[in-house]
Amino acid sequence: MATHHSRIAARAMMAPAVFLLLVWMLVPLILTLYFSTMDYRPLRGIYECCQGFDNYVRFVTSSSFLESILTTLRLVGGVLLITVLGGVLLALLLDQPIWGQGVVRILVIAPFFVMPTVSALVWKNMFMNPVNGLFAHLATALGLQPIDWLAEAPMLSIILIVSWQWLPFATLILLTAVQSLDSEQLEAAEMDGAGALSRFGHIILPHLARAITVVILIQTIFLLSIFAEIFVTTGGAFGTRTLTYLVYQRIIESQNIGLGSAGGIIAVILANIIAIGLMRVVGKNLDA
Amino acid sequence: MKLKHAFWATTALGLLSGAAFAETITIATVNNGDMIRMQGLTDAFEASHPGIEVEWVTLEENVLRQNVTTDIATGGGQYDVVTIGQYEAPIWAAQNWLLSLDDLGADYDIGDLLPAMRAGLSHEGTLYASPFYGESSMVMYRTDLMAAAGLEMPAAPTWTFIREAAAAMTNREQEIYGVCLRGKAGWGENMAFLTAMSNSFGARWFDADWRPQFDSEAWANTLNFYLDLMNSYGPPGAANNGFNENLALFQTGHCGMWIDATVAASFVTNPTDSQVAANVGFALAPDNGLGRRGNWLWAWALAVPASSDAPDAARQFIAWATSSAYTALVAEREGWANVPPGTRASLYANPEYLAAAPFAQMTLDSILSADPTNPTVDPVPYTGVQFVAIPEFAGIATQVGQIFSAALAGQVSATDALAQAQALATEEMEAAGY
Amino acid sequence: MARSVTTRRKTITTALAWAIGLMIFFPILWTVLTSFKTEAQAISDPPVFLNFDWTLENYAVVQERSNYLRYLWNSVALAVGSTLLGIVIAVPAAWSMAFVPSRRTKDILMWMLSTKMLPAVGVLYPIRLVLIHFGLLDTKLAMIAILTMINLPIIIWMLYTYFREIPGEILEAARMDGAGLRAEILYVLTPMAIPGIASTILLNIILAWNEAFWTLTLTTTSAAPLTAFIASYSSPEGLFYAKLSAASTMAIAPILIMGWFSQKQLVRGLTFGAVK
Repeated sequence: MATHHSRIAARAMMAPAVFLLLVWMLVPLILTLYFSTMDYRPLRGIYECCQGFDNYVRFVTSSSFLESILTTLRLVGGVLLITVLGGVLLALLLDQPIWGQGVVRILVIAPFFVMPTVSALVWKNMFMNPVNGLFAHLATALGLQPIDWLAEAPMLSIILIVSWQWLPFATLILLTAVQSLDSEQLEAAEMDGAGALSRFGHIILPHLARAITVVILIQTIFLLSIFAEIFVTTGGAFGTRTLTYLVYQRIIESQNIGLGSAGGIIAVILANIIAIGLMRVVGKNLDA
Repeated sequence: MKLKHAFWATTALGLLSGAAFAETITIATVNNGDMIRMQGLTDAFEASHPGIEVEWVTLEENVLRQNVTTDIATGGGQYDVVTIGQYEAPIWAAQNWLLSLDDLGADYDIGDLLPAMRAGLSHEGTLYASPFYGESSMVMYRTDLMAAAGLEMPAAPTWTFIREAAAAMTNREQEIYGVCLRGKAGWGENMAFLTAMSNSFGARWFDADWRPQFDSEAWANTLNFYLDLMNSYGPPGAANNGFNENLALFQTGHCGMWIDATVAASFVTNPTDSQVAANVGFALAPDNGLGRRGNWLWAWALAVPASSDAPDAARQFIAWATSSAYTALVAEREGWANVPPGTRASLYANPEYLAAAPFAQMTLDSILSADPTNPTVDPVPYTGVQFVAIPEFAGIATQVGQIFSAALAGQVSATDALAQAQALATEEMEAAGY
Repeated sequence: MARSVTTRRKTITTALAWAIGLMIFFPILWTVLTSFKTEAQAISDPPVFLNFDWTLENYAVVQERSNYLRYLWNSVALAVGSTLLGIVIAVPAAWSMAFVPSRRTKDILMWMLSTKMLPAVGVLYPIRLVLIHFGLLDTKLAMIAILTMINLPIIIWMLYTYFREIPGEILEAARMDGAGLRAEILYVLTPMAIPGIASTILLNIILAWNEAFWTLTLTTTSAAPLTAFIASYSSPEGLFYAKLSAASTMAIAPILIMGWFSQKQLVRGLTFGAVK
């Protein structure tokens, strides 16, 4: 269909983006690969090249490595679960005729505009603080023992904070999908006596499959690199150290650049494995 | 018309020459009260030093450390003056990352610095960071609650007394907790406290061969005592409380006792911020009769990175901000109780200061009783009271701090926490080549 | 919509939707309210909701300590700059992927997304060293370039999915009429693509505004945006909830207001091919 001419033009139009992304990927990647084979500890004045795979072996065999991967999966999985479930329900609700729909929609999407640092600070101090936080006040008012959220349920707390930020995004995408649903089809089903649940399972959910995969894909990309929320709230304590945070500790807190770089490379490899797996599943859904 | 042209020409010239001579220095500092006060006095510095303009980068402690360390390790040259502590100064100086501050001018009077402060900020006898304020740690307590409990705080309490008093002062119904201590993970947070405390229990980080000592009985005693004390008489959520959180708790009347930095004394006795200002007493940090107290030694200090492009202006600023004249300036504007403490002997000989600051003598006694070169009961190969002055310490101690913080939150037992700490420290020390 | 709805049902759904909406919005509302309290009122138990002495003191303190306008200007410059640059690069790329697809188009797209997988802190040292080498540390230019590259994969993808929904027949028709490539883009595609581009721009501004790792580690003063501003108000000594709230409000207000005014545009194009 496309002519030879337009093919060449198309390549030329893609070239800048491809070239820039290639540079943006390769330069840091090659330097990081190089550092990852070095014994690079500036605080000791050590900059020795070519240690082979020592850093990789150390990073992978350290006791914190496996735990950090599980933590990452727990965090990403938890947030995805909450935002997708919540997003679907919220989208269906907002699709109903309600008074002041515009205002409600504004209220719901507002958290998406809040920078992660701010939202983590606000949640940590003003809500989850066990003495001066609002949740603690609420608990004492009800005669309950206040919960120390970030120590007693650290993972849940962080998942809640992150979900709060990403729920609007999921809701918006799912809402657009819900709105594109053919209402006549739904009505027909209703006439045939299909209950609400069966309508949801047979018509709405299949229709939303594509939107859900999109939400999962995009959020996963962002969630794998979650940093500010952990840095501000627990600093990686209480089993909230994700792979990204572990790399941070190696590079910034221990100033062991070689070890941290090896961790960074391992993180890219793992993230890409997840991504490729996701693409395989999602890809089918996206093609159509 | 001509006149107007001439006017614009001279103005432009004036701007140009102004731009040519004005040197801008970028200062990175922590968002602590004394530093914010310093930032507020920028006008005074710029007035007395025409030609130098000051840019402030005021950040929360963790972010500051991360940014400054990265910048200095990569030679970024983004800062002309950096705020660092006694832990960083000698290590960075050894890498030639800092410029010498031995010659800050006659007015600076280097001999007036408290010896412990000067020693901790020097490397091979040369001063590399000038102390802005110095601190030790001590017991701050509520005199009213202590009296109501029918107890009297000795000037130099023991840990046993602290536990007894905490038990007597705790009143959970009224949200009054006998003792508030650091629990938040971090080498400068809970580990500063626990390391200093462990000294008084006869524990140490490493033996003479750099073998970690968390498997020792002394460390077990330290951690068990701390956990028991906090679980029985501490505030809820202690595992997330650092200096700032405890300060807020104490100021709002939730703590009977608080063992922490001596600089806190001026905050808790300041009636505008503290609801308990009138009822605060001070005592030396506790001991166990083993010859060492559980108090630390720390200074926030100003240093010039070797990568600075305005080293002379930076030195002038440091000489100004850490001089006795600066102290007098703060006293004039904000009162003597608010001057940065703990760096100079002359301050503690000043009757006006001693009159305005009821905590002055206790601060000085605490500072003088800490010995960074000989911090523990048993001999050790390192210096530093609440830290170990080796580059690996921050990384190791932050992770150990996370384990101990989890122990305080009840997620691991004390025995497991110590075993994990021992394994982790051993692994890291071996990897570092010890 | 032919579905008839009883008033009763509408009342129930309205109440439910409002309740949930207010719950989600509450943390922001609470932050804004707290910013007008004194420090003592900010932590008072029981909490005060509206019946307190409103004060602007916190804003005055924050303004006195930090040059808010400079941080704000830097945030605007970085967000808008990186968005415009990104759009200029992304639109042609996404156009050619959508309308002249090849066998490898999907692979290229996935590869682009995979460049977002490298954890930022892992490449902090390399990026810093490169910037230092070129003397670009703490410059808006460098930050704009970095933010552009970070978000480029997402905006290419977003535009690509949007362009793909533009029916190909229209292009065919235009070609039949003998329109050249340029005319095709200018007169046929652009008008149809505007909503998608507008939405992409908005999303990119939000992402760039809220980016908090690079903007915090690679800037000091002249390129430091609001993310650095907020870092000087987190956990200082003493009571700080009210001041933190004031600073937080100042940091999020501009983007929140922009978002509210443009939410229709944002929503219209924010599909990522989710609707078919």
